[in-house]
Amino acid sequence: MLLDSIWIVLTGALVAGSCAMLGSFLVLRRMAMLGDAISHAVLPGLVIAFLISGSRGSLGMFVGAVAFGLLTAFLVQFLTRRGIQNDAALGVAFTFLFALGVLLVSLYGSQVDLDLDCVLYGEIAYTPFDLLFFGDASFGPRPLWINGALFVVNMLLVFLLYKQFKISSFDPGMAAAVGINVTAMHYLLMGLVSVTVVGAFESVGAILVVALLIVPPAAAYLLTDRLAPMIAIAIGIGALSSLLGYLMAQALDASIAGSIAMLCGLFFLLAFLFSPSHGILSRILARRSLSVKIAVEDALLWAARRREGEEAEVFARSEMLSELEQPASRLRMALARLKRAGFISRRNGGFVLTPAGKSAATDLLRRHRLYESYLGDIGYPTDHIHDSADREEHFLSPGLARMIESEVGERDEDPQGKPIPDTRDA
Amino acid sequence: MSFDFLFDPSVRWVLAGSILIGVSSGVLGSFALLRRRSLMGDAVAHAALPGVAVAFMLAGTRSLPLMLLGALVAGLLGAFFIQSVIKHTRIKEDTALGLILSVFFAFGIVLLTQIQHSGAGGQAGLDKYLFGQAAALVGSDVQLMAVSAAVVCVIAMLLFKEFKLLCFDPGFARGIGFSPKVLDGMMMFLIVVTVVIGMQSVGVVLMAAMLIIPAASARFWTDRLNLMVMLAALFGALSGAVGTLLSTVGLQLPTGPLIVLAASAVFAVSMLLAPGRGILARVTRHISLKGRVAKENALRDFYELAEACDCWDAEATAAELAASRGIRAGAMISTLRKLIREGLVAEAGGRFRLKDKGLAEAYAITRRHRLWEMFLMHEGQLGSDHVHRDADEIEHHMPPKLEAELEQLLAFQGIEMKLPPSVHPIEAREVE
Repeated sequence: MLLDSIWIVLTGALVAGSCAMLGSFLVLRRMAMLGDAISHAVLPGLVIAFLISGSRGSLGMFVGAVAFGLLTAFLVQFLTRRGIQNDAALGVAFTFLFALGVLLVSLYGSQVDLDLDCVLYGEIAYTPFDLLFFGDASFGPRPLWINGALFVVNMLLVFLLYKQFKISSFDPGMAAAVGINVTAMHYLLMGLVSVTVVGAFESVGAILVVALLIVPPAAAYLLTDRLAPMIAIAIGIGALSSLLGYLMAQALDASIAGSIAMLCGLFFLLAFLFSPSHGILSRILARRSLSVKIAVEDALLWAARRREGEEAEVFARSEMLSELEQPASRLRMALARLKRAGFISRRNGGFVLTPAGKSAATDLLRRHRLYESYLGDIGYPTDHIHDSADREEHFLSPGLARMIESEVGERDEDPQGKPIPDTRDA
Repeated sequence: MSFDFLFDPSVRWVLAGSILIGVSSGVLGSFALLRRRSLMGDAVAHAALPGVAVAFMLAGTRSLPLMLLGALVAGLLGAFFIQSVIKHTRIKEDTALGLILSVFFAFGIVLLTQIQHSGAGGQAGLDKYLFGQAAALVGSDVQLMAVSAAVVCVIAMLLFKEFKLLCFDPGFARGIGFSPKVLDGMMMFLIVVTVVIGMQSVGVVLMAAMLIIPAASARFWTDRLNLMVMLAALFGALSGAVGTLLSTVGLQLPTGPLIVLAASAVFAVSMLLAPGRGILARVTRHISLKGRVAKENALRDFYELAEACDCWDAEATAAELAASRGIRAGAMISTLRKLIREGLVAEAGGRFRLKDKGLAEAYAITRRHRLWEMFLMHEGQLGSDHVHRDADEIEHHMPPKLEAELEQLLAFQGIEMKLPPSVHPIEAREVE
């Protein structure tokens, strides 16, 4: 029983691995739906191959599938050239072929021992019983061998033609310029997708193979900006989904293939939310931390200006909250952060700037007024200078600030006549 | 074959339902096509499956209104997720579609297998869901579908002007006070409703075709939206009727594929025969253009030959003319035959010469050619809005003022037409 489970998970992982490899290129080339189309459109090829050869699992199956897979890609190209927009061309081509396939199955299904359920959802659970024999010796499940071979073929081709695939995915113009046959690469990819889809058919079915083609690469795409790691991550997600999906299906007594695809979806959701670079949550956090950083700088600037006015050194929190146009909660957070950084300290129920805080605040004020001077120099209207500087000063990189400083040169006053503090004073 | 079944009231209801679904998907499909949302229907139809399964689980039986509601909710949710994946990540539309489509569908499959394995009866009805079996629908189901389809059509017609704006100029729509977002949402909602209703007879997998194929077929015939929508509705209705009838009689084949194949046949006919955009029309246009170009080139060659020897009645053999242009003599002979038939060229003993009428024509063509050369030399930087226009079109519309200016340039460059359009000057003026 355990061995059976291992066979099933391993087959699923191999299918998922092949799909993830090819799917990565589909996603990058914005051809994900072409993968979907091919996985549907190979159906008539399968039925015709069955009708001719009269047996399942023969080489004819692959030939038929590749023929119809390439036919789909060709048909889409043909219709697009006839002036039909790409998405409609795709829709016309694959629904027509799929309808043809379904009709053929309904007409001849009883003769070719092929039922629609199997084509649509596959039955990976039968994997352990479909054994490969040479003479009397059993060599393990046949789907495992088929999908293993497909995995190796895909791996080998992607490895050997990695550069070609990569360039023609990212920059077809350049690929053509350096002598790569972009059209050939396109049809090679489509051919590989067709073969892989057919191999996967019996295991995961026509529609769920789409999930394996698209979802793990999409998740990986959110996790990395480099192609090779993207492929590796996609394969990993596919394999892991195969394992966890199998366990989930056992627990729920539901379709294994469906569960695997759902797990892929779950991984995508995780990447969508938590990816460090492209996840929603991390982007929200980044925005939040930026707004706190702005509040911190505004608070320091406020304290620096206050010092200029020679008011009392100690300021109350309420004073700052009422004078700065920032949400109170954010300013409280800013104060807490300033205190932790040692820029302010408590005194007499209020706050004072520490020496480190004074120097940082003077720095900021200097930067603010230098930037105002710079804006004045380039002819920006004087009455807009302050607001602009107020907004943009938070985004000046140190390098840019230095360049502006040397551009403005030694100067004592900004365009509004306020002194530009020299940091050496502090 | 007998047509008695047409008098069976249930068949008539089914037929009416399929036709109405064809009409509504044709109408909404036209808008979807123009908004480049064609594959949305595919995604929504797949995404609706879990909703159907959940409705079935809750009701414990196959209740159409509840299943429609479930499908609607799941379909809208799928559409919403697709939009938010596109909006919030760098993932492009095609991947987002495939992603939501397959994951939602997988979820639906998991639920369905759960229902099957838990032994709840009636899953036969759910199987039909995937490929559609209009014939299996009962009267009340069909009535509900027919009414919903009719309502969708009416709403789409009422919002026709707004949708038209949204398709062609969303910026302008915003400018005159419509919210493109709200309109887009409305359109999306109607598309989802259409898909959900249509799935009953066409099936989940092929519902996409009903949105795409009739609209894409109609696009071949016209550039006007009103006409396109009407044609798409007609094609949709036709495919629905044909598919349903074929499915009802005889072999008990699934309805969906038959409707899609009927629609594909309409599409193929449109692609071949439509005037203007059809393949046949294009080929004919191409051939006639090629013939005209060959004739005009031959005439110009004649003229230049005559000009070179400064004798208006210069003769040449077909081989000589062909050699000067670098084409096969056979092609030149067939062009010359046409010119003879039109009374422009005369032949005597294998040598050809221009007749009066031919010389006038050759003069006009050569002159036009040189004017154009002048124009390209001096005004070579054509405006971008002119580049795509058919050069032939411009040629016929050369403004008189431009023509006069170009003629001056021609004279200024010392290029003059040595030969008059005719040996008889009076005739020449008439031709001019």
